[in-house]
Amino acid sequence: MTHPSPSLAANPDNSQWLELCADGTVLVRTGKAELGQGVLTALAQIVADELDVDLHRITVQPVRTGVSPDEGFTAGSLSVQHSGSALREVSARVRAGILAAAAAELGCASEELAVDDGSIRAPDGACTSYWALAGSAVGGVPEAAPKPPKEYRLVGRSAPRLDIAGKVMGTRRYVHDLRFPGQLFGRVLRPPSRGAHLVEMADEQVRGLPGVVAVVHDGDFAAVVAEREDIAVRALRALEAACRWEEQDTLPDEHAVTDFLREAPSRVVTLYDGASTPREGATRISAQFSRPFLAHASIAPSCAVAVWEDGRLRVWSHTQGVYNLRAELARWLALDPDNVEVEHVEGAGCYGHNGADDVAGDAALLAMAVPGRHIQVVWSRQDELGWSPFGPAMAVQVDVDLDAAGAIRHWRQEVWSNGHSSRPSSPGHPPLLGGLAQGLAPVASSDPPPESGAGAGRNGLPGYDLPGVTVVVNQLTHMPLRTSALRALGAHLNVYAIESVMDELALLAGSDPIEFRLSLLGDPRARAVLERVAEASDWTRETHGPDIGRGVGYARYKNVGGYCAVVAEVEATTSVQVTRLTIAADVGLVINPDGVRNQIEGGALQSLSWTTKERVRFDSRSVTSTTWETYPIVTFADVPPVHMELMHRPDLPALGAGEASIGPTAAAIGNAVRAAIGIGVRTLPLSAENVIAAL
Amino acid sequence: MVDITLGRLLAFCKNDCSHRRKNAGEAEVWMPETVRLTVNGVQHQVACDPDTPLLYVLRNDLGLTAAKFGCGLGLCGACNVLVDGRPVHSCDTPVWSVVDNDIRTLEGLGDSDNPHPLQRSFIREQALQCGYCIPGMIVTAAALLETTRVVDDAAVRKALNGNLCRCGAHNRIVRAVVAASSEPTRTTSSS
Repeated sequence: MTHPSPSLAANPDNSQWLELCADGTVLVRTGKAELGQGVLTALAQIVADELDVDLHRITVQPVRTGVSPDEGFTAGSLSVQHSGSALREVSARVRAGILAAAAAELGCASEELAVDDGSIRAPDGACTSYWALAGSAVGGVPEAAPKPPKEYRLVGRSAPRLDIAGKVMGTRRYVHDLRFPGQLFGRVLRPPSRGAHLVEMADEQVRGLPGVVAVVHDGDFAAVVAEREDIAVRALRALEAACRWEEQDTLPDEHAVTDFLREAPSRVVTLYDGASTPREGATRISAQFSRPFLAHASIAPSCAVAVWEDGRLRVWSHTQGVYNLRAELARWLALDPDNVEVEHVEGAGCYGHNGADDVAGDAALLAMAVPGRHIQVVWSRQDELGWSPFGPAMAVQVDVDLDAAGAIRHWRQEVWSNGHSSRPSSPGHPPLLGGLAQGLAPVASSDPPPESGAGAGRNGLPGYDLPGVTVVVNQLTHMPLRTSALRALGAHLNVYAIESVMDELALLAGSDPIEFRLSLLGDPRARAVLERVAEASDWTRETHGPDIGRGVGYARYKNVGGYCAVVAEVEATTSVQVTRLTIAADVGLVINPDGVRNQIEGGALQSLSWTTKERVRFDSRSVTSTTWETYPIVTFADVPPVHMELMHRPDLPALGAGEASIGPTAAAIGNAVRAAIGIGVRTLPLSAENVIAAL
Repeated sequence: MVDITLGRLLAFCKNDCSHRRKNAGEAEVWMPETVRLTVNGVQHQVACDPDTPLLYVLRNDLGLTAAKFGCGLGLCGACNVLVDGRPVHSCDTPVWSVVDNDIRTLEGLGDSDNPHPLQRSFIREQALQCGYCIPGMIVTAAALLETTRVVDDAAVRKALNGNLCRCGAHNRIVRAVVAASSEPTRTTSSS
């Protein structure tokens, strides 16, 4: 954490981050949200470490507009780098300021003071404490330097997560559990299909149902508000029966998504244009890969609470960006941002831009229609799987030119995809779902810029030492299904494609896949994870029986983040069963090793699910994969044992952990399937249907 | 592992009451009655439509919010509670069908002062990420431990296969349940 934090530059005052309280606690404010990844515990460890106080004294305040520092979105595996380094810096300044005040009071030099859990002791035995001096050192000492890593006590240790005990006891903590006095329950009626328009709503009977407070209708937006949740659900069914829609075909052929991606209007962006090498006499290896649209598929449907009172809108949301959501709500609803407050409350696991912002918009619309009452909106499972933004379907074409000796001369990677972000405040201001229903024009999603790791082109640049590389992205300007950020963005398919081709090249060269990769990797940290995973998995090219295969996958996330190598073992018969995963990861400085292991294993298992099972289904009008039966994800029966090797790099900057294992796991599974059945499957998921088609 | 017990089947058959038969036009009308329920050993009276899913009564009328809404179709297990010791999807169980039964939620298994062995074990193993599926996991596992003295990895995976986790905490959850099952202090009664 030696790099300056952009979060600190944007929020330079210590008081924005940290407050020492007279009651012996430390209040920490961060702009990052707890998404189930354990970030608040990691941040608390950093502060406790730098301040020399026990972890139990730290309270991390949930992010709230107007109170918390604005750190944008909690995304991109950047929270420890950005918020963590800011908090360490601030803690060091505050600590130095307190010690200066203590030194003045106790009549000695700062350097002579000893600190133990916030108690300050001078050489002569005189004492004071952080808590006694709490008010006197707000400014701190700006030039104070954080501790060197060798002095860390809490960082690098697996402190139990602060949120887990409460979650295991079932205490009220999710946004779904919020109950305010007089709270009402809202349910929104989504159209029967993507291009449907509401032509008639005979809602008199619904309005008259006992317990129904309001029916809200604006364009194609229709919703009910009721005194009880069960009444809201019933009333929604009645409203559905009272509506007539005009529908039309708007969706491409699900069975020809790759054709659609390659033919739809798009904007061409060249991300890397490496030295072009002569291609005469070259052998060209070409392969095309694809993945379908993917759903976030959190276990909880999206939820929000809102209240509109005295010209102020308050919203409780599991959004990844409270400030961005506030800005969008204010823009859309024509409110002064100062009159909009958004507070983060946990939802279920968040793996990217899901329905959180949309449902907050729903709740805001209903709150403004029924002033003075808190209104909670919970989506149905069907709406969650059918109407949340999807991870974009993608196609990747790889063309590799080899010279006469078989060495790689040029690698060209071309990607076709919808954009990977339609977050609030993205370019063009994509409307929330409620705004779209009101009739606002859709805005095609876009990609984060290359300096933020790109979108469809994320990890499109192979992480190997190659003489020439070109990466081109065709970003669709037509968006029949709303797409946005899903964990790892384009890295999932790009790494799958690159690593599949690497295996094909190794086969062609008659080399061991890991040795072949090592021959193209100079970065010692990249080599180290591959060597470690080979050792830990007892790597060998030999398989142990028919239909059984092993494969390897490697990538450095975003080409600048965490290093990860995975070996998968599969049994491929009528379906692909992953029987074991071995993972080696180097994410630099690790704040909480158990937390990192949890994140990396979780990412690997989610990638396993996407790669072997998942596919958003749709017909010409509607998404049809709207239950767990039609959108299956991995279950306990599918989950293999996972062995993990975490590299020890206490002196190197933290690189982020949440997404590093996604691409390498997908690639390792794909390569293991090739080893098992003798042919690479280039169409995801690795379902029986796609495996048979490849054969 | 969700069973419809014989008792519940009988309740379904017995409760072929005429008042359950609403006319088509009244299907969504809320018809409150006084419903008596035994939850975590405490008797409650709730004024609600007897067709209301048990989950909403637990969460909204009784303030027991551990059980979660996940899908409303009995396909994910987030809403699981114990009915006469067996895991049941409370999201699609009408409250009238469990009026004669012993209902137990995660809150009834233990709390921070007196945690259930599974709760201790889940904390020890840090067996979750977001935690939304965990109440359903723990009550389903509790039913398994009630009937099986010492469980192994395979038995836990089988018992929990109807409970979905999206964060990928499966292996930790399995370890936590196996560890809890071999705890010498674990009680055979979940009270």
